Amino acid sequence: MTTFEAILLTIVTASTPLLIAALGELVTERSGVLNLGVEGMMAMGAACSFAAAVSFDSTLVGVLAGMTAGALMAALFALAVLGFAANQVGSGLALTIFGLGLSGLIGAPFVGARRDPVAPVDIPGLSDIPYIGRLFFEQDLFVYASFALTILIALYLTRTRSGLTLRSIGENHTSANALGLPVLRVRFLAILFGGACAGLAGAYLALVYTRFWSPGMTAGRGWIALALVVFAAWRPGWLLIGAYIFGAATVLQLHAQAAQFGVPSQVLSAVPYLATILALLLLSLRHGRAVGAPGSLGTPFVPDR
Amino acid sequence: MRFELMPRTSVSPVARALAPVVAFIISFLIAGFVIWLMGRSPIAAFDVYVLQPLSDPWSLQELLVKATPMALIAIGLSYCFRANLWNIGAEGQYVMGAVLGGWLALNTHGTEAGFWVLPLMLTLGIIGGALYGLIPAFLKTRFGVNEILTSLMLVYVAQLALDYLVRGPWRDPKGFNFPQSVTFDPSATLPPILESGRVHYGFVFAVIAVLVTAVILGRTLFGYRLKLTGDAPRAARFAGFNSSATTMTVFAVSGGLAGLAGISEVSGQIGQLQPSISPGYGFTAITVAFLGRLNPLGILVAALVVALTFIGGESAQILLKLPLDLTQAFQGILLLCVLAADALVSYRIRLVTRGGGK
Amino acid sequence: MFSRKLFGALAGVAVAALSASGAMAQAKDKIKVGFIYVGPVGDHGWSYQHDQGRQAMVKALGDKVETTFVESVPEADSERAIEQLARTGHDLIFTTSFGFMEPTLKVAKKYPKIKFEHATGFKRAPNVSTYAAKFHEGRYIIGQIAGRMTKSGVIGYVGAFPIPEVIAGINAFYLGAQSVNPDVKIKVVWANTWYDPAKEGDAAKALLDQGVDMLAQHTDSPAPIQAAEARGKFGFGQASDMERFAPKAQLTAIIDNWSDYYIARAKAVLDGTWKSEDTWGGLAENMVIMSPYKNMPDDVKKMAEETEAAIKSGKLNPFKCPVYGQDGKEIECKGNGALSDEQVLGMNFYVKGIEDKIPQ
Repeated sequence: MTTFEAILLTIVTASTPLLIAALGELVTERSGVLNLGVEGMMAMGAACSFAAAVSFDSTLVGVLAGMTAGALMAALFALAVLGFAANQVGSGLALTIFGLGLSGLIGAPFVGARRDPVAPVDIPGLSDIPYIGRLFFEQDLFVYASFALTILIALYLTRTRSGLTLRSIGENHTSANALGLPVLRVRFLAILFGGACAGLAGAYLALVYTRFWSPGMTAGRGWIALALVVFAAWRPGWLLIGAYIFGAATVLQLHAQAAQFGVPSQVLSAVPYLATILALLLLSLRHGRAVGAPGSLGTPFVPDR
Repeated sequence: MRFELMPRTSVSPVARALAPVVAFIISFLIAGFVIWLMGRSPIAAFDVYVLQPLSDPWSLQELLVKATPMALIAIGLSYCFRANLWNIGAEGQYVMGAVLGGWLALNTHGTEAGFWVLPLMLTLGIIGGALYGLIPAFLKTRFGVNEILTSLMLVYVAQLALDYLVRGPWRDPKGFNFPQSVTFDPSATLPPILESGRVHYGFVFAVIAVLVTAVILGRTLFGYRLKLTGDAPRAARFAGFNSSATTMTVFAVSGGLAGLAGISEVSGQIGQLQPSISPGYGFTAITVAFLGRLNPLGILVAALVVALTFIGGESAQILLKLPLDLTQAFQGILLLCVLAADALVSYRIRLVTRGGGK
Repeated sequence: MFSRKLFGALAGVAVAALSASGAMAQAKDKIKVGFIYVGPVGDHGWSYQHDQGRQAMVKALGDKVETTFVESVPEADSERAIEQLARTGHDLIFTTSFGFMEPTLKVAKKYPKIKFEHATGFKRAPNVSTYAAKFHEGRYIIGQIAGRMTKSGVIGYVGAFPIPEVIAGINAFYLGAQSVNPDVKIKVVWANTWYDPAKEGDAAKALLDQGVDMLAQHTDSPAPIQAAEARGKFGFGQASDMERFAPKAQLTAIIDNWSDYYIARAKAVLDGTWKSEDTWGGLAENMVIMSPYKNMPDDVKKMAEETEAAIKSGKLNPFKCPVYGQDGKEIECKGNGALSDEQVLGMNFYVKGIEDKIPQ
């Protein structure tokens, strides 16, 4: 493996959890619900997946547990914002705080345990393509899943009837309701999907990225995922790009240090954040102000009658 | 069969006032149940968490100290949130306020500079926070860049900037190269309100901010329009409310108050600049703002309540050996319950049988 | 050590005064001991090792001690937590992070009868002791191992923050490597965090990608050494034995061992012999322990064991003079044949041969 390939490979692993979590949030937000609880759901996904994987000695069980945990957390959020029409920003924050605490309680007995690496899955033929072959076709299943999810979500949102329903509910829930669309049911499912994705991202962190669990190991990645959805202007394709820009900036700043350029490490550490702002700024300049959020984002839906 | 929410035609003020109390009781019941499951006494926990801190002058004072920065920041955030602008970068504005104000403290260190240092420092703190808050506001109004992303990203940048300063140019030359600035001179220290206590004048600023905000919301056109936005966004939009000027104003106010909180903490509590000057006050303040329903007085109360959970949580670790994570989980539950209870005041739940209603 | 010179005289006078008044000499049957941790006890690293020390104290002293800890105490808001311990009848309080220095002193002033112990700081008071460990002794040994074992001639180091302790560690590591391999090169990456496993892992991978085949770390999680293991390279455990995370890659680990010190200090309070002092323990005092040398040829292992013995016996000091700065100029030797403790504790320069610049 050349150095170049090796660097790209670390970018892929750094970007994948951000992409997975952000994809889930994207679907949630497209249905008109803003869930700021990604960090908490991710933390729960990491803790539960690791606990389950160690207890049952199975990565698959771990992944399922992580996704379930994320979805259950999301269900709690749905209960608050759909069931009680509670404020979404506040409820999302509450979910993050709750998730970080609860994950600490769940994970505590598993401090010090470790998991073996998840074997990469080689896609025969494709992995022999020079340069990008090993990079994209000799990865663990999570990476494939993240690519597949990106494409599927893009297709779902643009090409399916159900996707259209979801989007129109997100754009304007009042008129969607008037048209007889099941606003709350669709939103409930979208929130659950977002939670499962956040849980999966957490599972990736605990089972593939670090292979051990520790309190607070999500270290703000849920917030970055949220920001990336905004960055992508709620489009899956841009999300892929955004996640990889951020992942690349994170990894490359470390390489810049190792290459001894003599720039303060704090400046280099700030690069991913500044790069994201700059990229968004350039995007906004090109597309004008049209890059907008779903119309009903963040507002509770209560049918008028 | 399913449940549906129905807006209530009239909201009783009594119910509105009681809702948080009910939420409190429910979340305590949940927490008590969990503590009981862990084999501890829920009554002892309640005593340690709530009764003891509230019956001891020392912890009452600590309550005010802890609540001060959260209240100041949350008051500022309430301006943004009322205008439906999501400034989640208060942590960064707090840091920048501390940096700009701290700059004066370090530059007058060891000189004969007089009484003017402190007021100027506080002013610089406000300016630092406000300017930093204006960055996302400017990017939003000028280029349409979403403020959630920019304000959040700028938090990390501010923290790294502070980190660079205290490890590099602002490091105490006599501090054995440890990453800390010199300790501020008395002329640059925000004094305690009572000679022997720890409550500094930051708390007075918080109270002033509460009162001024209450007046602005209740008595001025600007306040009226902010309120309108919060209650009826569409009507406000028709009234031409979401203008650039308002965006800039609320971000400046919000950033300024966060900056004031930052410089007050640094000069009143910590006494020097160091890599970490906030245990996440800027983020906790978002919770506080919502717990207080964006109402100035409510925010003050909410800040005290959240401070109580922190202090109670520490007592619980010390006296009952309950883990910190439990406290955090409890804070989350409490906030969820308050938000849900609030919603129940505005809506009533109706049982709908299938076919009975759409 | 350095601060003994600075504050020793003052502290000595005060201690004498207190002893004379009889306040010091009271033996006790049972004491309460409190701990303030900067991180969660489950961090595998710094706070975890302090908690191991606490548990060892309970084991050794049984029901003569009752212990309490408060975890994840933010440095910017620690005064209250420390005072809470002071107010709840604790006789001895350990504050285990540099950032707790000023708050510890403030609280100690208010509670003169309670004994405080602050880790890694440099300010003392009649009732405040300080303690720290000479981790750089262990780093010299792992440097030698890395110098001997490297095939690429480039060794890597993941640092947390450019503070003196970490800089001294890098220098000791590099001096060790240089002593057996004069042409060895070192690459340093700052993670700018003590604890973010994923980021630390990324930093380690960046170094490995750039041709490093020996990896030392001064961040707390096992992620870097695990990255070395995954690439078939070698690394060194930090703070605790990380063998279970990297059975093939861990050559040895530098273990923080606070147990002996904590037990001794609690005993001193029980006996009424506690005094304000400064302790800077290394391999000889068992405050720094090397985990078994593994995965290396016998001759390297032998060298490591000899170096360890030489440091323990005082024959070898990692910072023995002459030490040269990056510009090749000799650093003034203020200690006895080696850099003084003060110079080591406040170290802010790289030694000759390190081509990087210290971030300022």
